[in-house]
Amino acid sequence: MSNKSNKALLHLTDVSVTVENKQVVRGLSLTIKAGEIHALMGKNGSGKSSLSNALMGHPYYTISAGSAELMGQNVTELQADERSRAGLFLAFQYPQAIPGVTVANFMRSALIAHRGKEADMRGYRKELFAAMDELEIDRDFAGRYINDGFSGGEKKRLEILQLFLLQPTMAILDETDSGLDIDALKIVAAGINKFHTAKNGILLVTHYQRILDYVIPDYVHVMIDGNIVKTGGPEVALELEEGGYEVFQPAKTAVGA
Amino acid sequence: MSENTDQLDRAVMDAETRDSTASIGSNYAEKYGFYDEEAARNYFLKGAKGINHDVVENISRIKSEPKWMNEFRHKSLDIFLSKPMPTWGDTELMNTIDFQNIYYYIKPIEKSARDNWDDVPDYIKNTFDKLGIPEAEQKFLGGVSAQFESEVVYHSLKEDLVKRGIIFLDMDEGLKQYPELVREHFASLIPPADNKFAALNSAVWSGGSFIYIPKGVDVGASPLQAYFRINAENMGQFERTLIIADEGSRLHYIEGCTAPIWTSDSLHCAVVELIAMDNAYIRYTTIQNWANNIFNLVTKRAIAKKNATVEWVDGNLGSKLTMKFPCVYLSGEYAKAEILSIAFAGTGQHQDAGAKVIHIAPNTSSRITSKSISKDKGIASYRGMVKVYKGAKNSKVSVECDALLLGSEARSDTYPTMEIHEDDVKIEHEARVSKVSEEQLFYLTSRGITLDEARLLIVNGFIEPFTKELPMEYAVELNRLIELEMTGSVG
Ligand SMILES: Nc1ncnc2c1ncn2[C@@H]1O[C@H](COP(=O)(O)OP(=O)(O)OP(=O)(O)O)[C@@H](O)[C@H]1O
Ligand SMILES: [Mg+2]
Repeated sequence: MSNKSNKALLHLTDVSVTVENKQVVRGLSLTIKAGEIHALMGKNGSGKSSLSNALMGHPYYTISAGSAELMGQNVTELQADERSRAGLFLAFQYPQAIPGVTVANFMRSALIAHRGKEADMRGYRKELFAAMDELEIDRDFAGRYINDGFSGGEKKRLEILQLFLLQPTMAILDETDSGLDIDALKIVAAGINKFHTAKNGILLVTHYQRILDYVIPDYVHVMIDGNIVKTGGPEVALELEEGGYEVFQPAKTAVGA
Repeated sequence: MSENTDQLDRAVMDAETRDSTASIGSNYAEKYGFYDEEAARNYFLKGAKGINHDVVENISRIKSEPKWMNEFRHKSLDIFLSKPMPTWGDTELMNTIDFQNIYYYIKPIEKSARDNWDDVPDYIKNTFDKLGIPEAEQKFLGGVSAQFESEVVYHSLKEDLVKRGIIFLDMDEGLKQYPELVREHFASLIPPADNKFAALNSAVWSGGSFIYIPKGVDVGASPLQAYFRINAENMGQFERTLIIADEGSRLHYIEGCTAPIWTSDSLHCAVVELIAMDNAYIRYTTIQNWANNIFNLVTKRAIAKKNATVEWVDGNLGSKLTMKFPCVYLSGEYAKAEILSIAFAGTGQHQDAGAKVIHIAPNTSSRITSKSISKDKGIASYRGMVKVYKGAKNSKVSVECDALLLGSEARSDTYPTMEIHEDDVKIEHEARVSKVSEEQLFYLTSRGITLDEARLLIVNGFIEPFTKELPMEYAVELNRLIELEMTGSVG
């Protein structure tokens, strides 16, 4: 598992996250190296999305304590767009709809942002359609407005399409499996596996064991009340499936930051 | 536009052809706001500033007009002089117009309306080259008219359109060649007494387009375009357009306009009249891109007879004050009106735009969609009037106003008026004011797009219902114009 490489892509030390003056992540530490897949599981409201958003640079979520490094660089020094260009990606739990902006136009802008203004975009149409075909997304979606009127499952697939095209080094997938039917789940899982190489890392936030049957994690972390209370291999997800969060509830209050 | 390109192809094509580096860093001054000094040095005729009966008489004499037109002009001037300034709208700005500090007539070259670019002197042609007019003409236009100051200096109509009996001339030529047709319809929808600025136009009008589409002829797929260029400082441009679409014919007409940036004001007062006979279809698209020292006070009105459709697609960018409320009289049963407009107001600008529809006959329908963007200290107003006469049974009215505010000092006002004298009507009215959402911005920036570009994408998305109605070339151009406005480098 850890012999794939030892370069840390994401290195969190005692990270706390605050939203609306409320501390929702409390002194969390986590290291993800190249080639690794980490699953992050946890109760509703335990802070998984808050952590993800804060790492991506959402203006409402601030990293109020600790250090968060993306490939050795302190992320708090970067704006969201810079973090993206540095190789970080977040597939959102609730992707935003943006009426009037087509998927084709949006992805083109994103790719130019990543590849530079002089990038040759003549093959763009082919590239876009190839990725859509791979994920079994109807090509009509290229002309539709971002997430506007998309079903829950369609939104999740569009997130994976972006993952495909942007090829980040460190990808956080926040409940990308929620709301997918079983066929879509397989397609998305295959997409994630295809994306994954020894050079990139994935943090897979999920509530369900079922996606982990397809995307095999190296580590599974259990999060409760803003912190990781248990880390182990894939078996942890199975224990969780059986016994629920009760099993992992710390006896005493978790230690704060 | 009646082109068949489907949404997908267009979206991808648009994305592929968009030149990402196009105008970043450039500004209005470079792209549109240049002043051609050589052209100005070579003017064939430049009268004195100010307005009086002598000025009117001179214009009429230079044009060797029939007596009725000469009288019409003088009468109109009397109306202009006696009519007070409007007491509604942005009176504060309006009252700063100094009518005596304006040139009312400049004839740039001796022989106007040439039909070969090679015959147009270089010092005039340069401007239109820079603006890409000959290029657009070759690519997809059915005909072009290019006005410089007071006169149309170039004019063309494709061979096959000529053969099909289409008439596309400048208004002066129209009056010469088709005196009866012009006399019948000229000022029939907008009499000089309609408003002070229409009266002024009626007195000193020059240039503009005269179009007649014969019965059953369809020119919808190859638009005719007129381009209006102001060059001189303190210029007044008063073109006059009359379009007659005979029974069952179809036309798409496009107009564009730009001007150099001066510190003192110029005036643009156009009058446009459209006549759509039974079963005819007219789409009139405007992409106005004035420099910020222009008062743009325009009167546009159409009549749609039985089962006819009139569409005003109106893009208002630039100018100091724009007052423009395209109007349609739905006089025949099953007539339709569509008025789709956008307005962008930055600091020092007031876009007072809107629409007016009068339902006279039964089973008529209208749809007004207005989108405005106010940035920094800009003011955008929607002023709309819908009137349904008694007896206009089973008519449908839909009004939608959408305002986007950029910055905490931006302002948007709406003044909707409805006068409904018939019970059997269906009316929908919606108005919204919004700001660019932080969540949307974050979504885009999280994909590597800079904050400025994300904002631009969202603003262009906001006006997409408008943009998608434009021919592709204009849609791309409009997105670029918005980009110029957003980067705030407009003079
Ligand atoms: N924008 C916000 N404003 C106020 N409170 C917030 C905001 N975002 C998150 N919170 C709060 O922070 C806590 C953690 O929420 P978060 O969305 O991170 O949980 P989660 O682990 O992702 O839950 P789920 O599994 O339901 O997605 C919750 O109590 C939530 O109400
Ligand atoms: Mg969540």
